[in-house]
Amino acid sequence: MTLLLLVRRSLRQHLLSTVVTALSLAMAGGLLMSVWVVKRQARATFTGQTGAWDAVLGARGAKLQLVLNALFHLEASPGNVAFADFQTLSSNRAVALAIPIAVGDNYLGYRIVGTLTNLFTEAEAAPGRRFRLVGGGRWFEDGYREAVVGSFVAQRLGLKPGDTFKPYHGLNFNPKEQHEDEYVITGVLEPSNTPADRVLWIPLAGLQNMSGHAAATASDVSAVLVKLRSAVAGQQLDMLYNKQGDRLTFAWPLGTVLAQLFDKMGWFDQVLELVAYLVALVAAGSVLASIYNSLSARRRDLAILRALGARRSTVFASIILEAASIAALGMVLAWGLYAVILGAVAAVIRAQTGVVLDPWAWDPVLVIAPLALVVLGALAGVLPAIKAYGNPVAENLAPES
Amino acid sequence: MALLEIENLRKSFRTPDGRILPVVDVPGFRLNAGELVALSGPSGTGKTTFLHLIAGILAGDSGRITLDGQDMATLSEAGRDRIRARVIGYIFQTFNLLQGFTCLENVLLGMSFGPGADPVRARSLLNRVGLRDRLDYYPRQLSTGQQQRVAVARALANRPKLVLADEPTGNLDPANAAQALALIRELCAEEGSALLLVSHDPSVLAAFPRRESLAILNQASRKGGGL
Repeated sequence: MTLLLLVRRSLRQHLLSTVVTALSLAMAGGLLMSVWVVKRQARATFTGQTGAWDAVLGARGAKLQLVLNALFHLEASPGNVAFADFQTLSSNRAVALAIPIAVGDNYLGYRIVGTLTNLFTEAEAAPGRRFRLVGGGRWFEDGYREAVVGSFVAQRLGLKPGDTFKPYHGLNFNPKEQHEDEYVITGVLEPSNTPADRVLWIPLAGLQNMSGHAAATASDVSAVLVKLRSAVAGQQLDMLYNKQGDRLTFAWPLGTVLAQLFDKMGWFDQVLELVAYLVALVAAGSVLASIYNSLSARRRDLAILRALGARRSTVFASIILEAASIAALGMVLAWGLYAVILGAVAAVIRAQTGVVLDPWAWDPVLVIAPLALVVLGALAGVLPAIKAYGNPVAENLAPES
Repeated sequence: MALLEIENLRKSFRTPDGRILPVVDVPGFRLNAGELVALSGPSGTGKTTFLHLIAGILAGDSGRITLDGQDMATLSEAGRDRIRARVIGYIFQTFNLLQGFTCLENVLLGMSFGPGADPVRARSLLNRVGLRDRLDYYPRQLSTGQQQRVAVARALANRPKLVLADEPTGNLDPANAAQALALIRELCAEEGSALLLVSHDPSVLAAFPRRESLAILNQASRKGGGL
């Protein structure tokens, strides 16, 4: 009780430095937790998006680019696949399901992807989860200028069944390159928290035959999404397309391909982590400096406490507790900062990729990092505590008579 | 049996120019339980050092201080802290109240290092010294006379066997000084505490039946030492 009273009053007496120091620790804690959780959740969530598919077949090129383009609707398509190649693959007994997609157009910056209706009826949006429409809609019909719109696009652009739109050519929005073809929206997808939410889906033939597209490649597709019957099938097709063939790329297994993405971004994670650690060290230094500097003004108070019978260990403990309390206060703020950072990052990632991070999801780092920083804060209090421990009593009491 | 017994107590300090300066050299001094003694001495005769030695705030170079049956020299620092918290009440000339704490908290804090904080007793003592309506005031919000009364309440809070008062009226005007002195004497008498008060003020000294001169007790001051 005495210690808590001493600490509480000391913190109040040095309110400004307490708040500034706690804020710097909050920044360190918030940053550290955010970096960690974004890294972990992003990896898990991105990898989880591939769960509905086992592989992607595309033009010869980088597997990562192919996967990002076909599954995450990012990057440019590495090239086209002849429709015959899609037919050959889909008739392969190792393949459970093959769905072609075609890209190349957008609507106000959101991608338009051509595909077949059985993407929605036979495939899964995410593992164990079917595509579903918001009440009142229906799937588009192949051969018609109809579209099904992802939930995110519908929400952002205010689209609903019955609305029409005219696509723009290319993957990036250019108002001068609008097609003449007009599409009617027949349905809006329920949110799936997958990249599909950010796409306007139209019939494959619609995209292939869009006015202004090259007639020579009208029957080509951009990629084929593949569900395999077994892992052995993946090895067989990997051998067939990647090792024996030289025209196409078979991206499999998807987890390994996506791991390259995170390996490439690993340096960025490390830089952010390093920044967070540095901020934590600076913050710990500021705890040390703040308390150490305040000791000059508190020498007399400490001497009075000792004269009243406080032990050296009590004085020592009160300083350590004060440092830990500043850190603990910082960690309360850090959780708030974490929620803000992760909320903002999640919004950006969702807007850019359709992948949804959950700022409120449990992660051990949300406890471990604050605890570690409280310990660090307490350690930062050791030097001032040693100084306070050695504070001579007689010299710092009232002037001698 | 004496509450406080001092034998051949010596304390010296090293001056900045390296000389050894004897400050306290008291061959003998006794104080019985409940006894009120005034110790006189002009500035620089080592009065504060003498009290600090008795309180265990400073350690003597040689000699023996026996307080409440305990030889202070044989106690660890923690043991001396314990004695200071439980057996001694200290009143300082400059009050030495903790500025960040209210009157009540200053008294409670003094108690917490001893037998434990007792809010009822703390309030009762502050009431006794006339500060019933100042419990939640901070020292800076009080007059000097009121601050000294808080210091007196704090010193007496743990029912100490010995109260050390170092020029307790030195910073007060004559009216407040007389009040404070009377209060200290009354409270010590009520609690059965012995009082060792040092002062250079003849009017203060006159109030005590037993008066000692530190200048006479202290051989160091006669040799030209003393602080």
